[in-house]
Amino acid sequence: MTETSEALLEVRDLVVEFPTRRGILRAVDQISFSLMPGEVLGLVGESGAGKSLTGTALIGLLEPPGRIASGTVRLKGQQINGLPPEELRKIRGRRIGMVFQDPLTSLNPLYRVGEQLIETIRTHLPLSEAEARQRAVDLLMEVGIPAAERRLDSYPHEFSGGMRQRVVIALALAAEPELVIADEPTTALDVSVQAQIIAVLKRLCREKNTAVILITHDMGVIAETADRVAVMYAGRIVEIGPVRDVIKSPRHPYTKGLMGSIPDPEAEAERLIQIPGSMPRLTHIPKGCAFNPRCGFANDQCRTERPPVRAVGKGSVACFLDEAQLTALSLEARR
Amino acid sequence: MTAVASASHADAVPLLTVEGLRCVFDVSKPWLNRVLEGASKQSLQAVDDVSFFIPKGETFALVGESGSGKSTIAKMIVGLLRPTNGEIRFDGTDITKVGNAAEMRRLRRRFQMIFQDPYASLNPRMRVDTIIAEPLRAFGILSEDGAIATRVAELLRLVRLDPADGVKFPHEFSGGQRQRIAIARALAGNPEFLVCDEPTSALDVSVQAQILNLMKDLQAEFGLTYLLISHNLAVVRHMATRVGVLYLGRLVEVAPSRQLFTAPRHPYTRMLLDAVPDLAMSGRQRLPVQGEIPNPITPPSGCFYHPRCPLANERCTQERPALVPAAEGYVACHAVAEGRAA
Ligand SMILES: Nc1ncnc2c1ncn2[C@@H]1O[C@H](COP(=O)(O)OP(=O)(O)O)[C@@H](O)[C@H]1O
Ligand SMILES: Nc1ncnc2c1ncn2[C@@H]1O[C@H](COP(=O)(O)OP(=O)(O)O)[C@@H](O)[C@H]1O
Ligand code: SF4
Ligand code: SF4
Ligand SMILES: [Mg+2]
Ligand SMILES: [Mg+2]
Repeated sequence: MTETSEALLEVRDLVVEFPTRRGILRAVDQISFSLMPGEVLGLVGESGAGKSLTGTALIGLLEPPGRIASGTVRLKGQQINGLPPEELRKIRGRRIGMVFQDPLTSLNPLYRVGEQLIETIRTHLPLSEAEARQRAVDLLMEVGIPAAERRLDSYPHEFSGGMRQRVVIALALAAEPELVIADEPTTALDVSVQAQIIAVLKRLCREKNTAVILITHDMGVIAETADRVAVMYAGRIVEIGPVRDVIKSPRHPYTKGLMGSIPDPEAEAERLIQIPGSMPRLTHIPKGCAFNPRCGFANDQCRTERPPVRAVGKGSVACFLDEAQLTALSLEARR
Repeated sequence: MTAVASASHADAVPLLTVEGLRCVFDVSKPWLNRVLEGASKQSLQAVDDVSFFIPKGETFALVGESGSGKSTIAKMIVGLLRPTNGEIRFDGTDITKVGNAAEMRRLRRRFQMIFQDPYASLNPRMRVDTIIAEPLRAFGILSEDGAIATRVAELLRLVRLDPADGVKFPHEFSGGQRQRIAIARALAGNPEFLVCDEPTSALDVSVQAQILNLMKDLQAEFGLTYLLISHNLAVVRHMATRVGVLYLGRLVEVAPSRQLFTAPRHPYTRMLLDAVPDLAMSGRQRLPVQGEIPNPITPPSGCFYHPRCPLANERCTQERPALVPAAEGYVACHAVAEGRAA
């Protein structure tokens, strides 16, 4: 988790909380990571890990009473959390594009796709109506929509789910942002459509050197797409590192269990590795290491103290086990 | 397609045989709209001449993308939906033709279904022990309260839950625990056959692993036969003995699991396998996915896959390919039959 001045995005000790009648719930708990220009960072974890809240917190879209309680988010060195709403709105769309699981979150069903694209383009770029229209056609072509010129006049419901998600990608990229945050962009899609969408997203972001935070629960999608991956559990990042290291030789006991529990499409095995229990609710996050009740290595320290994040190999791990033990785990997990 | 249904592989005794199964839905606009707008009646073939069999103790999986007809087949098998045509023989009896209510009840007890969303299938106002006891009472398996309580506790232990959890309500459990409750209820009447429609699709992978392991344990312990329906190819490979691949309501390939995953024959199966993310990061060469699934109300002529198929020719646009034997399975493809598919 090195921070350098060239980083595109730097997140430091980000905390997201929900005040409730029964006290304050911490959904994102002191996470830190950075992202280089053009880099694809996977944010992975099971449901309830805090992935989506992290994504929405970064772009100032947390729904009240949810709030950033502490920590900083810097875009090219400039702190963007705490900016006035209108300034954040300018950053969204222009410098940070967004793609959500449901394309209809980003598309207005009452307007033609072309109108929405042209409006977004003209909001952020100094182009004439005709130039913006041409750019909209180019964008639709780039995301692989056949007969793009004609499709400008179609409404969102006239597209298939996959084609709609392509339109959303076109919208997200319309102003050539430096960063795209994609939250489960393919989760609602069939596997063949998912393959197409991932291919489009990867190709365009590489061509335009756009960095991506790809939020998903699907390790396969991460393996296909990400350069680095951060694994979240109960609001914390438990492991972060180069994608190949994390997937092929996970070090943290949770990551190792997670990888072992995925049926391997390349091979059959009698039994899957199974982690007992499930992700805790926010009201019941265990003391110490949040994973301790499910961890086969937990000791007294794990039950009382929170493990610090420390560098191991080319990545970082939040676990009390020493380096030799973690490495032994990773060797055992190697596929 | 009788050959498919009656083919004997090894010494398999089919517990379930499905032959020429078809389901057509009327998807016309309401009568008044048709009159006013001059629209004609429209129908949708959700399941189109599907045949397969499942030997006792095995797991047969149906895979396919959404809308391929998987759930419709499941519902017809468990009697939630009437087939338009076709036979469903369970242990020799065509269950679509059983007229006698008592016989149907006897048969119904022998097969059960598990759904994707366990919450929707569990009555939120009922205690878990009452939910699990329901089939025991309904099928008249047990009537005495003490015996029922003992059996419910046994079932809860079987699915690795605490018998003390019986007094709780469904909302007090996690998704994975709810699916265990649904399994316990399904097992109450000692069924031989379980239809599992996307049983882990709503669950996290670590919880999915628990449920898949449990399903395997239960199968080994009780000799259960499974029809597993899933869009997740890795899950299917992990669980199934044999696999059928559906495309727009038609079976395009049926093969032993290992053969299907290591040497797929049908161009659609190949595309589907290539589309699965490469978790092993092997960097293997894959063909890009062409096109999208067509509208099922107006499917293409001939082979439904022809607009997307790299091997399509004139014949494919005209003639529906029959499901014919290929290696240890069956494939419905002209190119495979003609020896054109490498
Ligand atoms: N508005 C809210 N109020 C209270 N808790 C919330 C709210 N939104 C999300 N949460 C909780 O925060 C946790 C993380 O949510 P989320 O970021 O959506 O997880 P993920 O995207 O990893 O599945 C979950 O336990 C969720 O229930
Ligand atoms: N009750 C119904 N009325 C009309 N069409 C239906 C009905 N149920 C399913 N269908 C259609 O039948 C096809 C197969 O659906 P389904 O069996 O649910 O597919 P799968 O489970 O493989 O996703 C789809 O095109 C679906 O829209
Ligand atoms: S800190 Fe302790 S409980 Fe947490 S993952 Fe490491 S060994 Fe397990
Ligand atoms: S029958 Fe023709 S179009 Fe259909 S899968 Fe085979 S080669 Fe392709
Ligand atoms: Mg989410
Ligand atoms: Mg279904």
